[in-house]
Amino acid sequence: MPNALSLDDVSVLLIWTAVVLYALAFIAYALDLGARSAAAVDTKDAAARGATSRKRELVGAAAGAGTATGSVSIEFGDAVTPTTAAPPNRTAGTGRAGAGRAGSVEGGAKDGASTTKRFVMARIGTSLMVLAFVMHLAGTITRGIAAGRVPWSNMYEFAMTGTLMIVLVYLVVLIRYDLRFLGTLISGLAVVLLGGSAVTFYVQVVPLADPLRSVWLVIHVFVASLSTAFFALAFGLSVLQLMQSRRERLALLPDSKPLARGLRFLRTLPGADVLESLAYRFAIIGFAFWTFTLIAGSIWAQDAWGRYWGFDTKEVWTFVIWVLYAGYIHARATRGWRGNRSAWLSIIGFTAVLFNFTIVNMFFKGLHAYSGLT
Amino acid sequence: MDKQARSADPLRPADHVDGVAAATPVEGVTSPALGFVGWMRWGWRQLTSMRTALVLLLLLAIAAIPGSLVPQRTADPNGVVEYLRNYPELGGFLEKIGMFDVYSSPWFSAIYILLFVSLIGCVLPRTKHHWQALRSRPPRTPARLSRLADFRERDWVLGGAEGGGDAGTGTAGAEGDAVAAASRAIDLAQSQLRASGYRVERYDARGSFSVSAERGYLRETGNLVFHGALVGVLVAVGISGGFSYTGQRVVIEGTSFTNTLLDYSSFNPGRFVDTDNLPLYSLTLDEFEVEYEVENENAIGQAGSFVAHVSTQHPGEEPKKDSVRVNVPLSIDGNKIYLLGNGYAPTITVRDADGNVVFHDDVAFLPQDNNMTSLGIVKVPDGLATQIGLVGFFYPTAAELDSGALTSSFPALVSPRLTLDVYEGDLGIDDGVPRSVYALDTSDMTKLTGRTTDVASLQIDPGQTVDLPNGLGTVTFESQTPDAPNPLKSVKRFASLQVHHDDSATWVLVFALLSLAGLLTALFVPRRRMWVKATPDATGTGVHLEYAALARGDDPTLAAAVEAVERTHIESLGLEPREPRESKTP
Ligand code: HEM
Repeated sequence: MPNALSLDDVSVLLIWTAVVLYALAFIAYALDLGARSAAAVDTKDAAARGATSRKRELVGAAAGAGTATGSVSIEFGDAVTPTTAAPPNRTAGTGRAGAGRAGSVEGGAKDGASTTKRFVMARIGTSLMVLAFVMHLAGTITRGIAAGRVPWSNMYEFAMTGTLMIVLVYLVVLIRYDLRFLGTLISGLAVVLLGGSAVTFYVQVVPLADPLRSVWLVIHVFVASLSTAFFALAFGLSVLQLMQSRRERLALLPDSKPLARGLRFLRTLPGADVLESLAYRFAIIGFAFWTFTLIAGSIWAQDAWGRYWGFDTKEVWTFVIWVLYAGYIHARATRGWRGNRSAWLSIIGFTAVLFNFTIVNMFFKGLHAYSGLT
Repeated sequence: MDKQARSADPLRPADHVDGVAAATPVEGVTSPALGFVGWMRWGWRQLTSMRTALVLLLLLAIAAIPGSLVPQRTADPNGVVEYLRNYPELGGFLEKIGMFDVYSSPWFSAIYILLFVSLIGCVLPRTKHHWQALRSRPPRTPARLSRLADFRERDWVLGGAEGGGDAGTGTAGAEGDAVAAASRAIDLAQSQLRASGYRVERYDARGSFSVSAERGYLRETGNLVFHGALVGVLVAVGISGGFSYTGQRVVIEGTSFTNTLLDYSSFNPGRFVDTDNLPLYSLTLDEFEVEYEVENENAIGQAGSFVAHVSTQHPGEEPKKDSVRVNVPLSIDGNKIYLLGNGYAPTITVRDADGNVVFHDDVAFLPQDNNMTSLGIVKVPDGLATQIGLVGFFYPTAAELDSGALTSSFPALVSPRLTLDVYEGDLGIDDGVPRSVYALDTSDMTKLTGRTTDVASLQIDPGQTVDLPNGLGTVTFESQTPDAPNPLKSVKRFASLQVHHDDSATWVLVFALLSLAGLLTALFVPRRRMWVKATPDATGTGVHLEYAALARGDDPTLAAAVEAVERTHIESLGLEPREPRESKTP
């Protein structure tokens, strides 16, 4: 077909459109963080004092608010809770009205105007994100149709589907939790991973190598991408948790110096404890999926290579990641490790995931050598 | 928390975040004379602490990494040989510290064995404790529920159309009415909580009625199943090593192999395998089929859809048709047969100068590239004036490069051609040292044809015969289709098969799935306590209702759960569901 666009060409176009939209979303989200910083400028950083009593009020307020139905968005308090984590949905409000109320309960940390202003950029960011996602999804589906199989069978397609999952999980989670402060990270990740792989990993559609023709390709790789998405969210939250906990520590010092302007947005974010318990929740979902990935991979290996486990590079890293996250879960339950140290484990875990993601490429080259069939 | 309440809690290592600080063992500093038993106990506590488990887990992760950076003997034996050749010094050092066998090295084993000792030491007491907790009563209702984070309350005013209406009238009985109403309210709460899966216990005291409820014992059960099943996986893997075997064998079209030790080219039995009594069956490769991509321009020549059509046969039975495919092994007698590789096996006949056959066989040529340029060796020890060795290249679609050298331009049999370099001299096979059939040791041989000699390599197409140099005799490249020349079928193929026996794989899978189920339960079943308390007020006109809950472990849905309990309860008491935040003013 000399003149007509092939399906794969369409897919590439859609993917690039998505990359551009993600980049725009990134800018909007970054502006949102900027607006948050501005909103926080006037705020006294005395949140720690009286936090416990205020938390009580929040609980009372939320208890009432929780009965309303419909879409529930969550507004986080600025409260620093020295006790264990307060799950964020305790402060559930109902839509914008609820948000406003929660804000007022907090003692005017954010006036209405700045709240609205902040929401505008975040909203634009999210809208762009949804639009990008639709393009991305369409690009992925057309790629799948062009290839006549699931669109996750080589490095380019892993990145495509993996990033799609990250964005999807982020958008779905947004329905319940207002995590738009993670938008910069997620859209940034999408630009880098998707754009980067479109530039460096792009390959034309070729038929699947025999060892890949298996139902396990569909299940195993898909679930792996899904858990990667949850790990990514946990990673973002853990990073923020570390920043937040540092801010909280500094704010408690009597002669604390004001923080750098860029980090002021942290004041409008939930406390480190809340971030931590959210990160934990995503991490354990990711971990459950990862455990399944590991098992499914072994079943596949048993069929394809005649052994369920052989410590080949890819297997080793899947195992290492699994153990790292098991370590993270333990750390959260170990006295002296909950908090910053466990957050570092979550960050290290996700670093290993990304590393594994790039190793995958080499792995599939290795598979050809393995099967010796091509 | 009183003693009873604590005993219903899961038992945790002392340094668990939910652990009780007082239970921390007194460490060396304060008790100078621990004694032997004391030290043992101290050491055991250290080994089974959360911190140790955590450190060992992290160590395990780190220790596993080198095995992905350095080739491993089990996964990539040739890689190890190559590594040792390329970096003899570094390689020697790495060899010494077990870097080529990371996963069976003493240091790696030490970590996971310690980890599992710790695991068992942690899980056993917890299992015992949990077993008891499963039959214990939910804990006493705390005196002041309002101290709990998730607390709700409301006042129930009796009289009128409301709940207490059926009781007697008059002020004298009012207090009694309130008491009766409170008791009734708790009866109701009790049955509602029980219906939604809580274990319940009444704690009525003078002046108030309450029900204490607990649910989510499954969470701890799941945790124990998870950790226990991990031990199961390890044990199953450990045992499997002893009873499994793996053998490899190249089978050429039209030939068979029997599942006996002698018939394998390589065989790795576990320690307890009875190699004399392998299940007896034979397998014949009838045909090997493969498709090569011709349409997709980006993948011309890509091979796929490999099928080895085979016949299997038990002694005294009819042969059965079957097949071996990639991802679809053939199961027979508890063995699984996998397709590992394939290639061409040209049939070669060597005759002496008088025309007597001195060699006739199908020779498996090992593929060297994607277009199946293949390398093979023929050794003729007897029958000729000297021993000769032939080093051959086979090109399924022979094409000439500009340099004049041959190459294969497509993996299928389009224009097959064989080239042979002839060596004469000592094959080195008479001294009893086993030699690979895929390698020729030319150290004691003289090259007669090919590069560095002035005689060109022998070039043969299927069906042709050419002369060996020095009048030694002739070589024939037999065609499989002598009567109706058809290149596509002119050369035999071989399949390289792996036979694997491992009964434990099923057990490993069962334990792995069990541990996954345990994990899901442990992570996502909420464990919580719930209390409903009713206190008749002194005037007898109302009842004060309190609802509170306490999470054990991470439980994001706790607040919603209290609220739901309250709502159900209040509605069934006939009270109006109230507006949010009515009774609680900030
Ligand atoms: C092979 C080694 C181990 C692995 C892979 C592992 C993994 C895990 C995972 C994934 C969890 C979270 C699931 C759950 O809450 O049940 C967990 C929890 C737990 N593990 Fe382990 N574990 C190991 C060894 C140990 C050891 C040696 C101990 C004892 C010191 C231990 C004690 C615990 C405890 C007490 C929890 C519950 C944590 C909580 O309350 O949230 N584990 N483990």
